[in-house]
Amino acid sequence: MDNFTPVSALIGGAIIGLSAAVLWLGIGRVAGISGIVGNLWTARMAELGWRVAFLIGLVAAPLLWRLAGGPMPEVTLSASPLLVAASGLLVGIGTRLGGGCTSGHGICGIARLSKRSIVATATFMGSAVVVVFVARHVIGG
Amino acid sequence: MRTIIAALIAGLLFGVGLTVSRMIDPALVLAFLDLAGKWNPTLAFVMAGGIPVAALAFVLARRRHTPLCAADFAAPAAGKIDRRLIAGSVVFGAGWGLVGYCPGPALAGLGLGNSMTVLFVASMLLGMLAFRAVPALHQPSVATQE
Repeated sequence: MDNFTPVSALIGGAIIGLSAAVLWLGIGRVAGISGIVGNLWTARMAELGWRVAFLIGLVAAPLLWRLAGGPMPEVTLSASPLLVAASGLLVGIGTRLGGGCTSGHGICGIARLSKRSIVATATFMGSAVVVVFVARHVIGG
Repeated sequence: MRTIIAALIAGLLFGVGLTVSRMIDPALVLAFLDLAGKWNPTLAFVMAGGIPVAALAFVLARRRHTPLCAADFAAPAAGKIDRRLIAGSVVFGAGWGLVGYCPGPALAGLGLGNSMTVLFVASMLLGMLAFRAVPALHQPSVATQE
């Protein structure tokens, strides 16, 4: 199988898990990206600082990684601007409505054995698989 | 200040983890979601690497009354599995499947010079604001997983 990189995926995944560990053991907050961003504009001052700091770290990390000479993966986005905008809107609304995304439900929620998160993860993965199938094999096929 | 530093370190780790695992590449994510195509299981290995480490932290935290650098644990309330959770997850999954971006990788990719990534993040923020603007979507109060 080409382009399959299980070792770096496990290591990268463990680093993401470590991030969730630092955030929970350090400051008692769940590392869910959509919640951290989505609650930015309603957060009280005391809740704002850590969110901004986390996001600065998240955006800066790949740049620092590249600066340090780390191997950079490609970023391939072949969709049209209209599709990208529609996708962003759906992800924004859906993650707020469903209370989480791949990190909050998929990593942290499953790690906490939350039934809600397990159901949410199965649901958004199923929904995404259907959309990819239709786009690639029904419309695009 | 220790709260801010801990959050900054967590954000840096998250971004490095997404880069090392190559999850910042939407094409790789789509290859995982494309079960009928040339399926690529990389994303499953990222979750398999991340969940046990996070789970260990949640178990260790049970022995403590407070986190190391803050006053309280803000645990997501144990809500019900309701229509809102399902509908939101279906909508999120549909958007995820269109392009291959979910919030973390898109934000991590913001500085890498791809205008489509910027467009995605701007649209995502707009979607989050639009959600806030429609009060009917907010009831009943439901636990947020962050």
